[in-house]
Amino acid sequence: MTMNKYILTLLMLPLGLSSFAQANISPAKPQDKKTIVMGAKLHVGNGKVIENSYLIFDKGKITGVGDATVARIDMTGSTVIHANEKHIYPGFIAPTTNLGLIEISSVKATLDYNEIGDFNPHIRALVAYNTDSKVPATVRSNGVLMAQITPQGGTISGSSSVVQLDAWNWEDAAIKKDDAMHLNWPVTPKFRNTGNRPVVSADVLKERTHNLLNALDQFFAEAKAYAETDKPAVTNTRFAAMKHLFDGSQRLFITAAGEKDIIAAVKFAKKYGITSVIVGGDEAYLITSFLKENNIAIIVNEPHNLPDSDDSDVNMPYKNAGVLANAGLDVVMGMHSYWQLRNLPFMAGTIAAWGLDKEKALQTITLNTAKVLGIDKTAGSLEIGKDATFFISAGDALDMKTNKVEQAFIQGRDINLDNLHKQLDKKFSDKYNAGKK
Amino acid sequence: MKKILLSLALVFSVTLLFAQQTYPVNGSYDIRQGTYAFTNANIVVSANQIIPNGTLLIKGQTIQSVGTATSIPKGYVVIDLKGKFIYPSLIDAFTSYGLPEANRVSGPRQSIFTSTKKGAYGWNEAIRPETKANTFFAADSKKADDLRKAGFGTVNAISRDGIARGTSLAVTLSDEKENSTILNPQSAANYSFSKGSSQNDYPTSLMGAIALLRQTYYDAQWYGKQKEEYNISLEEFNKQQNIPQIFEAEGWQNVLRASKIAQEFGKQYIIKSNGDEYQRIEAVKATGASLIIPINFIKAYDVEDTVENRNITLAQMKAWEMAPTNPAALEKAGIKFSLTTQGLEAPKDLWTNIRTALDNGLTQKQALLSLTEIPAGMIGIADKVGTLEKGKLANFIITSDSLFKKENIIEENWVQGKRFILFKKDDALKDTTNKVIAKTAEPKNKDAVGSLIFPFTAFGNTTPLKQESVLLKNATVWTNEKEGILQNADVLLENGKIKAVGKNLNTGNAKVIDATGKHVTPGIIDEHSHIAGTGGINEGAQSVSSEVRVADIINSEDVNIYRQLAGGVTTSQILHGSANPIGGQSQLIKLRWGKLPEELKFAGADGFIKFALGENVKQSNFGTGARFPVTRMGVEQTFVDEFTRAKEYKSELAKKGNTVRKDLELDAIVEILDNKRFITCHSYVQSEINMLMHVADSLGFKINTFTHILEGYKVADKMKARGINASTFSDWWAYKMEVAEAIPYNGKIMHNVGITTAFNSDDAEMARRLNQEAGKAVLYGGVPEEDAFKFVTLNPAKMLHIDNKVGSLRVGKDADVVVWSDNPLSIYAKAEKTFVDGVAYWDIDRDAQIRKEQQSERARLIQKMKDSKDKGSKTQRPKAEQKHLYDCETLEDYSLELNEMERTHDHE
Repeated sequence: MTMNKYILTLLMLPLGLSSFAQANISPAKPQDKKTIVMGAKLHVGNGKVIENSYLIFDKGKITGVGDATVARIDMTGSTVIHANEKHIYPGFIAPTTNLGLIEISSVKATLDYNEIGDFNPHIRALVAYNTDSKVPATVRSNGVLMAQITPQGGTISGSSSVVQLDAWNWEDAAIKKDDAMHLNWPVTPKFRNTGNRPVVSADVLKERTHNLLNALDQFFAEAKAYAETDKPAVTNTRFAAMKHLFDGSQRLFITAAGEKDIIAAVKFAKKYGITSVIVGGDEAYLITSFLKENNIAIIVNEPHNLPDSDDSDVNMPYKNAGVLANAGLDVVMGMHSYWQLRNLPFMAGTIAAWGLDKEKALQTITLNTAKVLGIDKTAGSLEIGKDATFFISAGDALDMKTNKVEQAFIQGRDINLDNLHKQLDKKFSDKYNAGKK
Repeated sequence: MKKILLSLALVFSVTLLFAQQTYPVNGSYDIRQGTYAFTNANIVVSANQIIPNGTLLIKGQTIQSVGTATSIPKGYVVIDLKGKFIYPSLIDAFTSYGLPEANRVSGPRQSIFTSTKKGAYGWNEAIRPETKANTFFAADSKKADDLRKAGFGTVNAISRDGIARGTSLAVTLSDEKENSTILNPQSAANYSFSKGSSQNDYPTSLMGAIALLRQTYYDAQWYGKQKEEYNISLEEFNKQQNIPQIFEAEGWQNVLRASKIAQEFGKQYIIKSNGDEYQRIEAVKATGASLIIPINFIKAYDVEDTVENRNITLAQMKAWEMAPTNPAALEKAGIKFSLTTQGLEAPKDLWTNIRTALDNGLTQKQALLSLTEIPAGMIGIADKVGTLEKGKLANFIITSDSLFKKENIIEENWVQGKRFILFKKDDALKDTTNKVIAKTAEPKNKDAVGSLIFPFTAFGNTTPLKQESVLLKNATVWTNEKEGILQNADVLLENGKIKAVGKNLNTGNAKVIDATGKHVTPGIIDEHSHIAGTGGINEGAQSVSSEVRVADIINSEDVNIYRQLAGGVTTSQILHGSANPIGGQSQLIKLRWGKLPEELKFAGADGFIKFALGENVKQSNFGTGARFPVTRMGVEQTFVDEFTRAKEYKSELAKKGNTVRKDLELDAIVEILDNKRFITCHSYVQSEINMLMHVADSLGFKINTFTHILEGYKVADKMKARGINASTFSDWWAYKMEVAEAIPYNGKIMHNVGITTAFNSDDAEMARRLNQEAGKAVLYGGVPEEDAFKFVTLNPAKMLHIDNKVGSLRVGKDADVVVWSDNPLSIYAKAEKTFVDGVAYWDIDRDAQIRKEQQSERARLIQKMKDSKDKGSKTQRPKAEQKHLYDCETLEDYSLELNEMERTHDHE
C-alpha cells in the first residue's frame, strides 16, 4: 500500500520531473533460492527445442535443463514455477546499439554516442551507459535482456561493452567490458543525380575515400608497431587502446555495406591478424562464399527497411538474413537504434516468415549474437553452466500477436518487468475505469 | 577606346536598307540594296512544298519571290546554287539567348516573407510578370554564331526566372543592333513551377508553386475590378494574357499539372516539357496542349563496372533507350510540338539527335515543321519567318544536300538578308568544325526497343491489369461486420465490388482461388501517409498554407505504391507535412499501380486538410525561429486568427459576392466551417490537444481526427465527448521531447474509452506492415484480435468517411481485399494477393515472375549500352537516383532543389 501511494505521488508530479517517474523500478536482488521452471516449451537458443522442459537454476547459473517427460526432479527446497503451455527463451541480445547513450534523439544534451574525431579507438561507450534511462525497462519487457552498448561516429568509433539491462550502474551492468572495437569502413558515397549538396565530382569523392583508407591503414600499422613495443618513448592513448585488437582479445566490428567495401574490410582485418565481424553488409548476399571462406559473421540491418533501390525485390529486406544464414553464414540480427529495440524479437520473427527456420531465426538474437560478442560461455543459450538469463512468455515471443513476457531473469535475478509505459497505462486506465463506476 | 569606337563604326557603316533609321552614322553612309538572286536551287518553301530548280529573290531583309520561271531583274547579285538546297532557317521557341542567367538562390531559407524588391510590385518575388525581357535583352554574338551554325535564324528569348516570368521576345540572329532584330518584343508570357532567384521562402514546394500561381490568377481578376490597390505585377500580368502563354514544366506529370491550371483559368499553354511524354502519350494528348520538346537524349550509362551497374534503375535504362522515340511518338499521336536546343550541350548536337529521332520513326517533314513553322506560330511570328514566302524575312539556310542527310553541310545561313558563310570548300580539308553533323552519329536502333511499362519504373506492367471475377474459396474471412470472423468461408469479387460473402458460394463465371488455410481481409487503409507525392510534402514557409493541395502533386510512378500493395495496403490518405499549424489539403488515393495520378484519386471522398501542433509547427528542431509561432501559445492564436478571418471573409462573400478578392487560403477554412472539409490534426501532448478542442468549440468548427495523438490517452474522455477520432502510432516514442510520454498502450486506452482508433504509418517503410502494427494492439493491452485489425481497416475508413465503400467485407463495397498466408496480425503473415477494385495489383507469384523478367530486361539493356559505347557513343557515369521519402517532418525545399539541378546541369 505504501508502495502504491509512492508510485501515485511520483506520477502526479509535473511533467518536468517525469524523469524520476520510474525511480521505483529497482534492480532485482541476487537469486537466493534454487528455482525450477517446469513444463514450458524451451527454446535452447542453439536451434533445439524441448517441448516439455525443466529448467533449474541456482546462484544465477543454470544447473539443469532437459526433457521433463523423461527426468525425475527433486523439487524440495526450490521455488517452482509452473509454465505449462508457455515458452522459455534465452534473454535476447541486442548488438551495436546506442541504448543508454541517448534518451531523446532531438535533445542534444541527451546524446552521448557520437564523439567527434576520426580515429577514436580510446573512446569507451560503457562509461556513458545510463542505467537510469527510461528506455531499457521498456525493451526488456519484450524479452531483450542484454545489449552491446556501442559508440558511433568517426572512422574508428571506439569500444563497445556488453551489458545486462537490470543494473544500478554501468559497473554492475557490464557483462563484458570493451568487447569490440568499431570501425566505419570509409566508403565512396553513391553518385547521386541531384540534391542540395555541393557538386563534387566523382573523382574527388574517390580521392577522399582513397586518402582516408591510406590514413586508416597507416593508423593500424603504427598501432600494431606500438603494441609490439615494450616501452614506447611517448604514450599514445589511442594506440594503447588498440592493443587488445592485436592480441586477439578484442574483435573488430566493421560497418560496411557494398560488396567491394566488405571484401576490402575483411582483407584489411586479415592483414593485421584481427578477427572481424561485418556490420550491415547490405550486399553480403552477393559474396557469401567469400565470407564463408573467411569465417565472417554478419550483423545484418533490421529487416524493417526499404529495399535499397527501386528495382530490388520489394521483400528483399525481409529475406536478406535468411539468404545469408541459409548460405551457411553466422547471422546476427542488428538494430541500429535504441527505443525500437523492443521490436528486436519481431525482427527475428520477420526473417522466420521469409525463409529462415524459426529456431535459426531465434539464434540470430541469442546464441549467434553471444558468439559474435564473445559471451557465449555465459549467455546466448540455455545450457548448464551458463547464466540464468531468460524469460517466460505466454506465447511465441517472436510474434507481436503472442509475445507476452510474464517473468524474466537476469543472472538468476527475478527482474521487475514494470516500465514507464505500463505505469502511465495504469495511471490513465485507472482514471477512465474510475469514471465508469 | 579609339579602337572600340572604330570597330563599332565599322559595324554600323555597312547597313542594309531596312536598318534602324534613327541612329546617326559616323562618316559616310554605306547603305546597300541587298538584292540577291539564288538560282537553280531546290527550294524547300515549307515542309509541305519543295520547288526543284527554283529561284529565290530577296531584297534587303525581305523575300521578293520564290518560284521556277523567275526572271531576274537587273541589279541582282546572282548566286548559282545548282544541286544545293534552300530551307527556311530554323526557329527555337525556347532559349535564354541574350539574357542574363538567373541568379539562383541556394542555401537554407532565410525567413524572408515578402518581396525584397522596391516599388509597387506584388508580394512574392517569384511572381514577376513585370519582367520584360525585351528591355534588357542584348545580342550575344558568340551564342548567335553557335545557333546560326546549327541552322537557326530566329529564337525566342525567355528570362527563365520565376513562376510568372514576364514576357519573352522573338529575335533574329543577324548580329545587328537589337532595334532591327527584334521581331516580336512580347512574343509570349512565360511561367514555370520554379521560383528561381526569388529570395522569399514561399513557396518551398511544387504544390505551393501551383497554389501561388492560381492565387495570382485570381488576384489579377480581382485587380481589374478594384481601385484601392496599385500593383505593377498584377497590372502587367493582366496585360499579357492575350499573347501566347509558354509554361516550362518538366516531365509529363508536370505537363498534366500545368494543363490543369490552364483549364481552371481558361488558358491554353504551350508547354515546354522534358521529352518523356512517350511514357503517357494519351494523357499528354488529352491536355490539348502544344509542346516544346528538347532532344537532349540521355547518354548511355557506362556499364563496365558491374558494381556501379546496380545503381542504375530499370527506369533509367529504359528512359535511355526510349527517349529517342519520343518525337516520333508525339508525331504519331498528332500532338503539335516544336523542338528546342534547350538542354543540349551545344546547339550543333541538335543534328546528331535529330537523326537519332529520325531513325526512331520521326518523319523528316515533322522534324522540319517542328523546327520552322510550328515554333514560328507559337511565338507569334509566323507572318515573318518559318517558310520561304514572298514578303517574309529572308531567313534561310543553304545546304549542300537534303537537310536531314548525314552528309549534309549547312553552307550558309542568311538572316534578315545578311549573309553568314559557315562553310568554305577549302575548310573541308583542314577543319570540320563548321560541319554541323557529328562524325559518328548514334548507331541506328535497328534492334527492337523494349516495351513501355506502366508506371515507368520497376514492377511496371506492359499491359494494364484487369479487373476479374474472383471467388476466394474456403478461407478464414475477417468481415469487420457483425458476422465477425468466418471460418471456411468464400468471398466473391465481381465488377470491382464484393458480390457475396458466405459459405459454399456459387462459382458462376468467377476464377476460383483456393484460399484454404489463408485469411481474407479488407484492404489496409493508411490514415497518414506521404508516399506518391512529388516536389515536397510540406509548404512550411508560412504558418498557414491551406491553399496548397496534395491533389496537385500526386506521383503515380512512386515504387512505394507497389511496395505497400505488397503489404496489403489499398487506400492511403496522402497528407501535407506538419511544418505549420494549418497545412495543406489532403488527398485520398487508392493504390492503383500503373494508373495516372488522377486515376489514383479516391472518387467521391470528402476533402480533408492537415493541421499540426507541437514541436514541428513551432520549429523547435529546425529553421531560423523567425516564423510565427514558436510557442504552443502562439499556435493557439494562429488558429484563432485564421478562423476569425475566415468567418469575416465568409460574411463578406455573402454580402458582396464576387467582388471580394478570392482567397484560396480562406476558402479552405470556410469549407471547414461549412462542414465540407475535415481536419486531420497532427498532435502530441495533451495541453495542445486540449487547446485545439477549445479553439474549435469557441469558433464553431469540428475536429475530425487527431493524428499521431500520442498523448491521446491523457485526454481520451474529452475527445470522446466531442466525437473526435484518433489515428496514432503503435509504439513510437523517445525521438523527441513531445513523445517522452508516448506509450504503446495509447491505442488500447483510446479504443477502450470508445474512440474510433486507428494506427497509421507516416512512413513508407512502416506502411508495408501496418497489419503487424495492429498486432501490437494485442501485445500492448490485449485488444481483441478482431478489434485490433479494425485499427488499420474499418476504423480509418470511418474517420475518412469512406466506410460506406471500403473497410469491411460487405456486399456492395469495393473489392479491396487481401489474401494473407496467416492470421494478418501475426508476424508470419504475408500478403499473397492484394486486390483494389477487384484488380490484383499485388500477387506474390506474379511478383516473382516480374523480377525474373526484369533481370533479363536489365541484362538486355546493359548489353545494349555496352554496344553503344563500343560504337563510340558518349556515355555517362551511372547515377543513383535521388529518392524522396517523405514523412511529416520532411522539410524539403523543392525550389532549392530545382535550382540545384539547374546549377549541376550548368556545370556539366
